[in-house]
Amino acid sequence: MKRSRLSQAALLGMGGLLAACGSLGSISDLEGTIVIDGSSTVYPIMEAVVEEFSKKFPNVDVSIGFSGTGGGFAQFVQGNTDLSNASRPIKTSEATLAQTNGINYHEFLLAYDGITVVVAKNNTWLTDITLAELRALWLPAGDNPATTDIVETNVPPTKWNQVRSTWPDATIQLYGPGTSSGTFDFFTEVITGKVGNSRTDYQPSEDDNVLVQGVAASQYALGYFGYAYYIENTDSLNEVGIKANDSAPAIYPTLETIADGTYTPLSRPLYTYLNTDKFANNEALREFMLFMIDHVKELTDEVGYVSLPETNYESYRSILEDLA
Amino acid sequence: MKILPKKSNGSESSASQKHRLAVSRLETLVPILLIALATIVIMISIGLVLSLIFNTYRFFSLVSLLEFFTSKEWTPLFATPRYGVYPLVVGTILVVAGALTIAVPIGLVTAIFLSEYAPSWLAKTLKPILEILSGIPTIVYGFFAIRVITPFIQALIPETQFYNAASASIAMGFMIVPIVTSLSQDALTSVPEQLRTGGYALGLTKWEVTKGIVFPSARSGVSAAIILAVSRAIGETMIVAIAAGSQPSASWNPFESVMTLTGYIALVSQSDAPEGTTAYYALYAVGLLLFLITLTLNLIGRRFIRRKTGNVNV
Repeated sequence: MKRSRLSQAALLGMGGLLAACGSLGSISDLEGTIVIDGSSTVYPIMEAVVEEFSKKFPNVDVSIGFSGTGGGFAQFVQGNTDLSNASRPIKTSEATLAQTNGINYHEFLLAYDGITVVVAKNNTWLTDITLAELRALWLPAGDNPATTDIVETNVPPTKWNQVRSTWPDATIQLYGPGTSSGTFDFFTEVITGKVGNSRTDYQPSEDDNVLVQGVAASQYALGYFGYAYYIENTDSLNEVGIKANDSAPAIYPTLETIADGTYTPLSRPLYTYLNTDKFANNEALREFMLFMIDHVKELTDEVGYVSLPETNYESYRSILEDLA
Repeated sequence: MKILPKKSNGSESSASQKHRLAVSRLETLVPILLIALATIVIMISIGLVLSLIFNTYRFFSLVSLLEFFTSKEWTPLFATPRYGVYPLVVGTILVVAGALTIAVPIGLVTAIFLSEYAPSWLAKTLKPILEILSGIPTIVYGFFAIRVITPFIQALIPETQFYNAASASIAMGFMIVPIVTSLSQDALTSVPEQLRTGGYALGLTKWEVTKGIVFPSARSGVSAAIILAVSRAIGETMIVAIAAGSQPSASWNPFESVMTLTGYIALVSQSDAPEGTTAYYALYAVGLLLFLITLTLNLIGRRFIRRKTGNVNV
């Protein structure tokens, strides 16, 4: 999600190649089929796991789709898939459907996704921003609704003091991910209420380094991208605290606030749901889950999400043993 | 013909006969080979142009010509896509005009110095050094732009965006100086010596001769130099992709991010605009427009060069 899909693929390919070299001796001839579907946000993690897994188990046929969290669950509660990735917990309605269809499942928390709003290191005036201000900043022309009392017109603000009167009378410079990025989808959905709904007069790039450089070079610039990239560039960037409203405290993204859910709404947990009956009867699926527990932390970090403490993943091992 | 194996037992006359036979066979083969290779080159060019045209045609079956040429927004990848090429054209003109403001004065002054004032040993040393400038990979100019020129501009004008048209312009200006200088100097040098001596005979000073006689006589060569430099600048991709940004704005402010025609192609061919989408076909439409602009400029430039040769012959 933080890199373009191309470079992500290249990276995964490279990792896969290395893994293949390292594990040539341990290729298994286990055969089987695994069907995965669900959230496109979780997809990069799961795809990385599948790619690694296939090096070791070339005869296991793994299909992985990304029809979205809801679309994935629709299949999962019918018993059509083994694993369903989700960027939200299963809904009561979906759980009820599973129950009527006799589908038993278990929820596994895989990682957290947190988006960081950043400004340049030398920007001393922008330390926090309210959700309403972020919304006013990023809504496209003609779409600023009456609910926003900050911007009365239908035109996105061009000067900082139009967003908050104490901010300077200087031109706003915006940086953000390109439209093919999952970060773009998530951010636009949370901030402007609709996936892909964004003003277009900002500097887009699929390469987060381009965004880092652009924001770092001007105190009138603001950008957003995955938390991992902010952590790599703390010497040139400041993170912006997010305030739910004018009087709420500013919450800064940290591993803790992202993990415990206080950094809201720009963070969310990422899950995968396992069909436990299929798990008990499918040896390939059992191998896959064990493989995932061993590698998901490292691959999560690699694709740019916030991983859980090692002990969390380890605790899944005994859960799986009970389920087998 | 060392490649022919020498037979120790064969007589000399039969050997030379064979030699002649081989040579004549080679003589018929060579043209065929050359024609075949030349055809490949021509076929590649034709293929490129055809693929541009076909895909552009598909683009215009999805987006109207009116939208392409009159809309002021270029947002092919966004939720509500607009396909007005105007912002890309503005970005391109802004960068190229900036480059010319740098390259034309520097290039012309250098050309005049080398052709009229510098002693011939100095001209002979300086010209190759200057031409090395055009051999520098353009990615180096791009890097120079964001690492040296941009911080410098930002120090002067703090509101300047990190990726901006001015920085790319300046780097591109440096890049095309050798083109302007080299071609203009050729034009100035080829002005017949009699014209200069005629001027001196009338009592003109060296500067008056240069300004009033040599430069006007070389005018079409100089125009060709500038036009070819413009064509080169419009097609330049690496510098703008690195330094100018990727924000298609119809703003004429050189200190803001812009996107040029080439910049769009560079950006979108790297991100995913899946084949079959309008954004994908838009690449070809932009490519064809770029091709037509540079082709026209090159044709005009060549015309000027030919006219210059005509003048000298008279």
